[in-house]
Formats: sequence, structure tokens, C-alpha cells
Amino acid sequence: MYDKTVRRRRAVLGLLVACSLILLTAYFGETGSGALHGVQRGTSEILNPIQEGGSRALKPIRDLFGWFGDTVAAKGQVEELRRERDRLRSEVMANEVRKADYTRLAAMVELDGALGLEDKGLKTGRVIFQSPTVWYATVRVDKGSDDGVRIGQPVINEESLIGRVTEVFGGAAQVTLITDTTMRVPARAGRRGEFGIVEPSSAGNPNDLVMKFTKPDARIRTGDRVVTRGTEPDDRLQSLYPVGLPIGRVWRIENEGTDTQEIHLRPFADMRSLDVVQILTNPRGGE
Amino acid sequence: MVTPQLIARLAALGVLGVVVQTAAVSQLPVAGGNADLSPLLVMAVGLLCGSLAGGSFGFGVGLFADVVSLQTLGVSSLVLLGVGYGAGRLREARDPEGTIVPIAVGAAATLAFGIGFALLQFLLGVDAPVSWALLRQLLATLVINALLALPVYAVVRRCLHGALPEDPRRRRRRAYTTGGLSPLSRGVEIRR
Repeated sequence: MYDKTVRRRRAVLGLLVACSLILLTAYFGETGSGALHGVQRGTSEILNPIQEGGSRALKPIRDLFGWFGDTVAAKGQVEELRRERDRLRSEVMANEVRKADYTRLAAMVELDGALGLEDKGLKTGRVIFQSPTVWYATVRVDKGSDDGVRIGQPVINEESLIGRVTEVFGGAAQVTLITDTTMRVPARAGRRGEFGIVEPSSAGNPNDLVMKFTKPDARIRTGDRVVTRGTEPDDRLQSLYPVGLPIGRVWRIENEGTDTQEIHLRPFADMRSLDVVQILTNPRGGE
Repeated sequence: MVTPQLIARLAALGVLGVVVQTAAVSQLPVAGGNADLSPLLVMAVGLLCGSLAGGSFGFGVGLFADVVSLQTLGVSSLVLLGVGYGAGRLREARDPEGTIVPIAVGAAATLAFGIGFALLQFLLGVDAPVSWALLRQLLATLVINALLALPVYAVVRRCLHGALPEDPRRRRRRAYTTGGLSPLSRGVEIRR
């Protein structure tokens, strides 16, 4: 009797391990339109409304948690903010001089931004799911193909570019964040708009991106903003991202002035607490 | 003995657990990480139901999590299968008792899941280097899960109450309260 139980237990274990390995091999080997991917998409299609309902129902709990977290974080930031306040006070005087120039430039930037995004078919959605593992930097939003969302469309939040759509369902879309190891974004930085490619510096670090392939003599300094490059008239292919979407700010430069120069930037958006995002369903505008 | 009632309850528990994990828990960052209910649920089922149910439940939860998260199928199921089976074998071989058991086993399950998942990711090929932030997040998850292990274990036991094949506590209690003698008293009886 005991031997039978042990044999049965081992047989089930072996069977399940074999199933896992077969699934893993088959999934890894097939293309995005394969049968297992299809099953996955179909199941997600069914579960999306449940997840959306669950996400809405549990939002008060998330908010409560967020409130506690914000309170603890705010206490830790008091000293830092006091120092920053003192520094800013001294800067105010200098800034008065620049104010006139700034007002004019800010108006221009604001105008450009408004004109650039108004005709991009912005669809506002709520994040209903975030990948539970740090190996996949993905979120799911409650806007899908029914709302005109397509694969490849850029996604922004109130601060900057956060990623692009990589999977679409009827009422939801999977967004791969720019901090995912599979993402590359053509970008510009510095006063001269130096070109480079932005990618994650390492897996699992949502606070550090790296801009590669910049010229050794590129004039990029710490504190410079990095934005999307977009498409230029002499480009053969059109970029997925419109020109000028903010990505992050340079905070460190490695191997400066060499061919292997790496410019590290912190994304403007906090990728771990995304809530409301916008999908640019017409990123090229005017079509 | 795994009954249909137990299977139904385990299925409901697994589905609910993964939905709560993806819709809420994974969106609650705490100290740079977030809780991961999957290894805790699997650990609890393994400790309560044994290796066969624990392993099968781990496989099912992992597969469902992979499907829902659009991740590579088979990775989570393989790792959680090991976690569930291990917890179940611990129950069958040692039958540990005490408040600290779910906490220790929950932490061990989370660690095993984190390491196993990372190992499989490396085997499948990760292009980018791995940062220290990842290790920090794994440690944060480990600590949070250790704190959550006891309540999760209690909730799972409550959910499965009445459908469990054999409660180890009940089994022990029966030996002393229904006429059975402890080995020590039996020795005294024999000497007399």
C-alpha cells in the first residue's frame, strides 16, 4: 500500500515536471502567433474583465496602502526637501534674470507640445494589471482594439513616455515599459539634440536607463533632459514615437568622451506606481 | 485522499489568489518590493494537503499565473511545482508543528521560487546584465512574504477546512483523547 502511494506520488511529480518542460520548450520555440500564445491571449481576453473588476474593487485598499507608503516616504524626504528649499531660494534671484527668456521659451515649448499631441488620438486608460515579477516590466491597461489601440503605439503618463503597446485584446492592451530589457527607444539629449538609443541599464532596475551609441564628442551634461527623437525627413523608416516625448534626465555619464560612452538617465515616470496612462493611437498625427 | 470537494476548493483558491495577486498585490510596492502570494499559497497547500496535492496545486497556480501575465509558459509552473512538492514532503516526512513553521517554510518557499525563477530566466537567456536592485527587490519580497506567511496559511486552512484529507493536529490529538495511550504511558502499563 505504502509502495503504491509512493509510486503514484512520484509518477504524478514526473508527469507534471515533464508537462512543464514540454510547455516551456514549445512556448519558447513557437512564434508570437503560435497555438500556446493563442491560448494565452484567449484566456487573457476572458480574464481581463475579471481583473479589471478586481482592480477597481481593490483600488481603495491600494490607495490606503499608498497613503501609508507616501506618509513614510514623505517623512524621510523632509530633510532633503529642506535642503532643496534653501538651495532653491538662492537660485530664485538668479532665475529672475532668466525669467523673461524662460517665459518666452516655455510658451513656445508648451505650444509645440500642445500642437504635437492634440492630433495624436490620445486614449486615456487605467492600469489594471502590473507584472508580478520584476523580470517582465509590463502593465495592462483597460483600453484595447475596440478603442483603436494597435500594437506598437506609444504610451505616456502625465510625466513622460512609459512604453509601447505589445499585445492588444478587445478591451485591454499589454504595455511593455521602457525599463523592460527588450525595449529600445531612439532619443535625443543635450542642447544640440545629440542622438542615441535609450535602453534599460540592467534587468529589474526601473530607475536607471542608459543612452548608448552617442558620439564621443556629444555635448551632453548631467541634468540634461532626454526626449524621443521621432522621425526626421531623411529617415527611411518612420519612428514609432513622435518627436520630443520626454523620457528622463541625465544623472551620470560613464566613459565620457570615448566610443563606449554610456549616459545614464532616470526616467521621469515612476514605473512602479502607474495608474492613469494615455495611448497615442495616432502617433504620426493628421492621418 | 484527494476528494472532488478538495479539488474544487483548491481550484477556486488558485484562481482567486492569482487574480488578487495580479490585480492588487503586485501593484502595492512596499520598501522597494512587493508581496508574492503564489509561493505562499502553494506552501500552505503543500503543508496542509501533502506533496501530491501541493505539487499539483503549484503546477496549476504557476500555469495560470504564466497565462494571465503573458509570460513564458511553464516557468512558474515548474518552480511552483517544486515548492508545493517540497512543502508537502516536509509535512509527510516531519509533520512539523508550531507557529513559526508557516513563517519559516513561507520564507523558504519564496526564496526557492525567487532563485528558481531567476535561474530559469538565465537559462532561457537574458540579454541585459542583472542589477543589484533586483537582488534588493527579491530580499524585500522575501521579508514581506515571511510576514504574510502566517495569515496566508491561516486563510488557506480556513478555506480548505472540512475538505482536508487528514489534519495532522487532529491525528495527534486523537491518539491521546480517544482512549489511545501515549508511548510513555504504554511503557508504564507494560512494566506493571
